[in-house]
Amino acid sequence: MQNDAQNIRDLANEEFDTRTLLRNAVDQAIARKYEDFLIVDTDSHHYETEAFKEIAEYIEDPVMRYEAKFQGHSRGGITSETGSYQEIAGRITRYPMRKNEKVPPTPHRDITLMERWMDALGVDMAVMFPTPMLNLSNCPRIQVEVALARAYNRWLCDHILEKDPRIKSMLYLPFHDPEASYEIVKEFADRKGVIGFMVTSTHYRANYDNAYMKTYAALEERNLPLGFHAAFTWTDQSLQLCNRFIGVHALGFTWCNMLHMTNWITNGMPEQFPKLKTIWIESGLAWIPFLMQRLDNEFMMRTSDCGLLKRKPSEYMREMYYTSQPMEMVDNREALELTFKMIKADTQLLYSSDYPHWDMDQPSMIYDLPFLSEQGKRNILGNNARRLFNLEPVYSPVKLARRAATKSGLTS
Amino acid sequence: MSEIPVCKAGEIPDGGTRLVQVGPVEIGVIFHKGQYFAYRNICPHQGGPACEGLKLPQIVEKIGDKGVHLGQDFDENDMHIVCPWHGWEFHLSDGTHVIDKRHRLKKYEVIERSGNIYVAV
Ligand code: FES
Repeated sequence: MQNDAQNIRDLANEEFDTRTLLRNAVDQAIARKYEDFLIVDTDSHHYETEAFKEIAEYIEDPVMRYEAKFQGHSRGGITSETGSYQEIAGRITRYPMRKNEKVPPTPHRDITLMERWMDALGVDMAVMFPTPMLNLSNCPRIQVEVALARAYNRWLCDHILEKDPRIKSMLYLPFHDPEASYEIVKEFADRKGVIGFMVTSTHYRANYDNAYMKTYAALEERNLPLGFHAAFTWTDQSLQLCNRFIGVHALGFTWCNMLHMTNWITNGMPEQFPKLKTIWIESGLAWIPFLMQRLDNEFMMRTSDCGLLKRKPSEYMREMYYTSQPMEMVDNREALELTFKMIKADTQLLYSSDYPHWDMDQPSMIYDLPFLSEQGKRNILGNNARRLFNLEPVYSPVKLARRAATKSGLTS
Repeated sequence: MSEIPVCKAGEIPDGGTRLVQVGPVEIGVIFHKGQYFAYRNICPHQGGPACEGLKLPQIVEKIGDKGVHLGQDFDENDMHIVCPWHGWEFHLSDGTHVIDKRHRLKKYEVIERSGNIYVAV
């Protein structure tokens, strides 16, 4: 009997560890020589629920702080409005298991967890967003939205962005309070690691409202991009017709950004703030050609509706930025290639993983596309983000070690 | 072809999985209702460790008279391997994706001999 087995693992005895879950990603990174170039992930997440006790301490109002500590900040069970089964009822194992992952006492748990997956995927720098807080804009108490936005942003700057130059963020704006949003831009624009600001798209305030103009101007002046981060909410009246999560997610994540993009363009925001860069985050890509065609077609008949526009809607859209995930990849190579052309992906598309969420994309989703040039791949995976956010590259130590080993001929 | 020893018969509990590294290849050996199955631990979707995921039955929708929906059930006779990265599901019996058979996990033969379990590689 020949014994070639080098190693046997018994799943029953294994503890959850991001590095084990992503072992195959490491193989992909090595095979594609990611150490040769910068990879920036423009949309990733952490679970701020795990640090919520720390975040709550940053709430200024003592009564609200007490309430927050008492109530916590997590999604509810099966009967609650937020009781979605995003993790496909446990099938995406990192959802229920990640809370048990062991980390050393320092650095901050969120930094360790971020760096573990970043190093596995070959990501050098990542833009980190919260998770349940993406639905903060659905909180009916505006003062809670504002208080938590401030507390979270302060916590994030103090505990994460100050400490790790590989992690960046676009900070949450409490959009239901335009004045507070403006104040947040002023307070945080110069903090370390803040590379823009972000509105979560599941809100019911129109982005053309006069109340926001000074905030857009403040961002434009500072050359800081504004992101519209898609999300879903099962509290949306039309989405309440969906009885399966796939419907809420597939429609919700695209609809909210289609709505805000339409308002942004038809009200001439790109003409009013020509230097303000906008990023449309986590809606995938298929919605963009649809909206370009739809708006162009109607605009040519109704130019009178949009007095500020000097060009067709699609021309403005082609100058905006888009994050790639969740890239629609099933049996549609030609459609995808056309989409890349229509959005000028070589300069406007930004790789994003959305890790650790259930529909995350590996960098190989971009790197393996047969219709992209090597330069195009590298632009989408890192250069476009570097240019857009003015990033000083900070490379993953794992990739640097790999690069050094290759140079000295230690590895193949 | 070599036979790679995995474990003694009976060592993997029902529904359990052992992972065997053979050179660069990792193979998941799964024991379910008295039968062994072995697949390469790489998902055809984005390369995730499919064999490390949950093993869950096919979901069936129960349809009554005149097409009314009566709810859902599990079909315990069609067990799936669920890849933990994004949830693609494969039939435990042959490794094919449950909807599109062009996507499949690479299958290996499992040999039981003299109280020992081997995979043929
Ligand atoms: S890698 Fe297996 S489901 Fe995506």
